Amino acid sequence: MIVLEKRPQPSKAWSYATPLVAVIATMIFGGILFALLGKNPVEAIGTIFWEPLFGEFAFYYRPQLLVKGAPLVLIAIGLSLGFRAGIWNIGAEGQYIMGAIFGAGAGLAFYPLDAWYIFPIMVLAGAFGGWLWAMIPAFLKVRFGTNEILVSLMLVYVAEQFLASVSLGLLKNPEGFGFPGSRNLQSYESAHNAELIAGSGMHWGVVAAFIAVIFSYVLLNRHMLGFHIRLTGEAPRAAKFAGVNPARLILFCLGISGALAGLAGMFEVTGPSGQVSIDFNVGYGFTAIIVAFLGRLHPVGILLAGGLMALTYIGGEIAQSQLGLPAAAIQVFQGMLLFFLLAFDLLTNYRIRAARSEVA
Amino acid sequence: MTTPLLSLQGLTKAYPGVVANDQVSFDIGEGEVHALLGENGAGKSTLVKMIYGLVKPDSGTMLLRGQAFAPPEPRAARADGIAMVFQHFSLFDALNVAENIALGMENPPPMGDLASRIREVSETYGLPLDPFRIVGDLSAGERQRVEIIRCLLQDPKLLIMDEPTSVLTPQEVDILFETLNKLRSEGTSILYISHKLEEIRTLCDHATILRLGQNVGECIPAETSARDMAEMMVGSTLQTPERSGREFGEVALDVSGLSVPSPSEFGTALKNVHMTVRKGEVLGIGGVAGNGQDELLGVLSGEIPTAADAIKFNGQAIGKKGPTARRKLGVLTAPEERLGHAAAPDMSLTENALLTGSVREGLESNGFLKWNETKGFAEKIIEEFDVRTPGPENAARSLSGGNLQKFVIGREVLQNPDVLVVNQPTWGVDAAAAASIRQAILDLAAKGTAVVCISQDLDELMEISDSFAALNEGRLSAPRTTIGLTVDEIGLMMGGAHGMEVAHV
Repeated sequence: MIVLEKRPQPSKAWSYATPLVAVIATMIFGGILFALLGKNPVEAIGTIFWEPLFGEFAFYYRPQLLVKGAPLVLIAIGLSLGFRAGIWNIGAEGQYIMGAIFGAGAGLAFYPLDAWYIFPIMVLAGAFGGWLWAMIPAFLKVRFGTNEILVSLMLVYVAEQFLASVSLGLLKNPEGFGFPGSRNLQSYESAHNAELIAGSGMHWGVVAAFIAVIFSYVLLNRHMLGFHIRLTGEAPRAAKFAGVNPARLILFCLGISGALAGLAGMFEVTGPSGQVSIDFNVGYGFTAIIVAFLGRLHPVGILLAGGLMALTYIGGEIAQSQLGLPAAAIQVFQGMLLFFLLAFDLLTNYRIRAARSEVA
Repeated sequence: MTTPLLSLQGLTKAYPGVVANDQVSFDIGEGEVHALLGENGAGKSTLVKMIYGLVKPDSGTMLLRGQAFAPPEPRAARADGIAMVFQHFSLFDALNVAENIALGMENPPPMGDLASRIREVSETYGLPLDPFRIVGDLSAGERQRVEIIRCLLQDPKLLIMDEPTSVLTPQEVDILFETLNKLRSEGTSILYISHKLEEIRTLCDHATILRLGQNVGECIPAETSARDMAEMMVGSTLQTPERSGREFGEVALDVSGLSVPSPSEFGTALKNVHMTVRKGEVLGIGGVAGNGQDELLGVLSGEIPTAADAIKFNGQAIGKKGPTARRKLGVLTAPEERLGHAAAPDMSLTENALLTGSVREGLESNGFLKWNETKGFAEKIIEEFDVRTPGPENAARSLSGGNLQKFVIGREVLQNPDVLVVNQPTWGVDAAAAASIRQAILDLAAKGTAVVCISQDLDELMEISDSFAALNEGRLSAPRTTIGLTVDEIGLMMGGAHGMEVAHV
């Protein structure tokens, strides 16, 4: 019989190795999946991981990595702070939408004025929108003890309705020939989140993502607040004993994750997407949950995981168009990644041992 | 010579890294109360688990009345007449006594029959118990009675009791001993596990002493001094904590009219608690577990806020202040639960040193952490309190209970508190470590710290405290000077016998 034996303390080596092992296992089992679908597994895996980076059209795909990775990292960083403390914000998608609406709305309010201060105001408005949306579950949890998982998740669907409503009403492009959706911000220079270096994919959202990584690293490793966040996640009673105010921590963690998700939405709507439209959100807020865990809730890990996730997105799209792989297969592939990560995670805290059967 | 009831021969059980029992042999005679003595980690639990069929020995044999005995599981052990009362009760709060007992039986009789059998047994052995009371409403002593009656219904030949008196008042202990004596007179053998030496001296016929998994000696407790037994347990000469004559200063901690509801559903609310502790004084607070000890510590640490002037420190109202603000002033606490309350299990000792040390040791500036200083502080605790660990980077959970306790107490003591509140400072700690912790507390008091020591170990409280009060259902008795206090008086302060009566033998 095989038993799991708790390690006296978590294995450092395994905590670094598990993401790698999980990626390899995903490749193996994903390959089997693709083979069962009648595709050449080596070619399919190669397309997903190789093509975007080093293939013939890599010059086009590489900037896409930044464009897709940045919102994932930005959102995941915010989520990881809460997850570390055991505060589960599952509604980043909704906060992302609200950030986009507030950010775009603030910019469109100035249209067609041309001024340097418009974009900074939009950034603040975007962060505020996401923060505000996250404050709803935070306040309800602090005041009435509601479950933030459910409330934040349900608010995603409210945000989606709100998005549809403003796309068809408040923010609808008056010169849009009746089509739903706002003015295209890419053609309103003061509000446009343009590429900082043409063709690089580098926009302000990418910069913000890197700043968030550094900020989060310093917070968690060098600051009392970060210590309190980790302590609350590890041992809530010990945290209270150490003097942590749980309510304040809930407000902070949900607030910061909402604000960062809002920023991600704002940078997306003013840059790569360009306009507020009914189908503006594509699930970054949910995928960021995978990214946060794949990165071990560690800032640098999240940076790498965001890159990896963006890679599977882009590679997956290539595989869809070139090899005719169904989109669902790609999603299963991404799901496998989280599944294997959580499974192998066990090895950090436990070791596997063959044992004689015994009633303990 | 008659065949012993149970004969253990060369029992050995090894776990990865430790040999829990190494060639342990001894006999338990018919109708004998046999004590199994030893410090925590000496291998007492593993040994009785082998007898009860929970663990299989690696080697060695057991003979029950001369027959080979190797129970593959507890059910088989019970069928052979072995019964066990565990230290931690396995009862369902929401069910009544009879239902709880029925749950542990192979073929429970109809509830009415069972109830009358429970009544019968409980009256015979002086353990009054209403079969239809809900277990959640029972005191710890009464819950233990449920466990004992559950065992007696099996008509056991050998009754194993694991630290049965740790949850009882002195009067309740007397009643338990009457019951055990009655059982003995009827020919039932009892294997009695404890580290309370005086108890063993009054109750037991024979004692086996375990140290580091080995049988290091046997003795007749009535003819051996407690000190000799303790030294056999520890394997070295014991240092008794010294208390020098101290002058008390002015009142440092003043609690008056303190009433708070318990934060948890099954907790105990504190009701109108009054106490004052002077500088240099040690106030011992006794009482059976679950009578408001956790709540009292929570209120004093600042985890449970209360009316501002219910708690005064040097005249300043601090009832509303949180833990950090109180630490800044000099009011430090060490809770009972080491893992998860006093320390975060998966965090390193360095991080755990920061947990309470940040304010007074200056381990942060403007919110930014000084890891080097923190590591230094952790190393200082490890060195001065002889914490056995490879280094401060190890996780708290990798330490043994006693070592972590030394760390947790050391962390507060080294911060030079003006008021120190400790809850169960030596719980689960071996005798040598317990002595050094008590000495550290006394040394601190000698330097003028006002100490509140909450404990269920009366011997400990008698040893270190200047005055004594008891918690009973959230009420604190008026403190009395420890010197001259008798065990009977203490028992009455602790709430007497909770309605128990001595067995009518």
